[in-house]
Amino acid sequence: MKYITEYRDAVRVREVLDDIRQITTRPWRLMEVCGGQTHSIIRHGIDQLLPPGVEMIHGPGCPVCVTPQQLIDQAIAIASLPNTIMVSFGDMLRVPGSQKDLFQVKAEGGDVRVVYSPLECLKIAQDNPDKEVIFFGVGFETTAPANATAIFQARQLGIPNFSMLVSHVRVPPALDALLSAPEVQVQGFLLAGHVCAIMGYWEYQPLVEKYHAPMVVTGFEPLDVVQGIHMVIRQLEQGRTAVENAYARVVVEEGNRPAMGIINEVFEECDRDWRGIGMIPRSGWTLKPAYAPFDATRRFAVSHLQTQESPLCRAGDVLKGVLKPNECSTFGTLCTPRKPLGAPMVSSEGACAAYYNFGRFETVKS
Amino acid sequence: MCLGIPGKIVELYDVNGLRMGKIDFGGVVKEACLAYVPDAQIGDYTIVHVGFALNIIDEAEARKSLELLAEAGIIDEEFESPPEDGSGV
Repeated sequence: MKYITEYRDAVRVREVLDDIRQITTRPWRLMEVCGGQTHSIIRHGIDQLLPPGVEMIHGPGCPVCVTPQQLIDQAIAIASLPNTIMVSFGDMLRVPGSQKDLFQVKAEGGDVRVVYSPLECLKIAQDNPDKEVIFFGVGFETTAPANATAIFQARQLGIPNFSMLVSHVRVPPALDALLSAPEVQVQGFLLAGHVCAIMGYWEYQPLVEKYHAPMVVTGFEPLDVVQGIHMVIRQLEQGRTAVENAYARVVVEEGNRPAMGIINEVFEECDRDWRGIGMIPRSGWTLKPAYAPFDATRRFAVSHLQTQESPLCRAGDVLKGVLKPNECSTFGTLCTPRKPLGAPMVSSEGACAAYYNFGRFETVKS
Repeated sequence: MCLGIPGKIVELYDVNGLRMGKIDFGGVVKEACLAYVPDAQIGDYTIVHVGFALNIIDEAEARKSLELLAEAGIIDEEFESPPEDGSGV
């Protein structure tokens, strides 16, 4: 397939890895902040093919994983109300709330549906005028234009029975928080390619200047990932720090203006709680006042929920990159994708799920 | 999910004022919203995420990144051009 096959070419990938080995003279700790990249790295064993001393730290690149438990509980509470249809992306269904998950709500008779695109919610709402349709709008900047469009269209088309539980998070403030946390020791970053396809990469320039850490916009296929790693290490070895783009076939520095337009129309910045990390100022998006009627937390009175996290779950440490999934004492035993203690084991972008699904049960250093 | 899949635009139309299209992912054709790639033409390749096209893939940049690797001696073999008849999809 065009634009896939050539970026999975094992010969080309090995040659870039060989060059990485040639130019690396010291240990380096690199972080990727995108669950899709984490999965690609673990699936293709890229971390094990890097020179000894180069370590990939998995950052909080999983929007489902960083959604606060309270919001999960709210979604479950709303889904349990009569005459509601809770709609979400697939991997949200098994994320554990304090008592149960959305899949259990469905099993108990709740109307919980999975969609591929947020636009499908509009048809569900039009087909079910006597029910309230709520979309669990989770995501990084990549998903924001899609979620914004669903809300914008709902208003344009006058669809009254649709609302959204908004849990959008932004990468640049998270990187700022990670770089200022003393326990996070990372020297260079792979930037999420599709986040940057929307937002561009001009936002990272001030971070590079503040923290002197190279950052490279990186794609997802194996060749894209090793090219990104190569460019970060090359900067580190040469003592340079800059924002560079290893995914130029998709990403331009100014980003996608029309997409940013719809985001600015519907959303505004807000403080957000990142599960396992804490509150990061201005790190989220919430609905602008003109679109507040579509906010599910306003439409449904489901506050005063008692949130209870599993005391054994170490998702926070995994998300900050200070613990590898297979270093967690419950990994693969008490915590599995079928019975997860936390979101990273069950989300399609979670680091724990990547380690479990690709058989990383032991900490082996090549 | 931040993962997006590349596909070829094969049809363009409007639905409720939104620009939509049919995208061919190596034989599997799905609908996607093209509102944020207003210059998209049939035959362009795009990355689709949750049913929305993110950007048009820049063929020249794709070739450039692979050719640069070849020039730097990192890749010994030549970048093979896709067949002109489109069978490389």
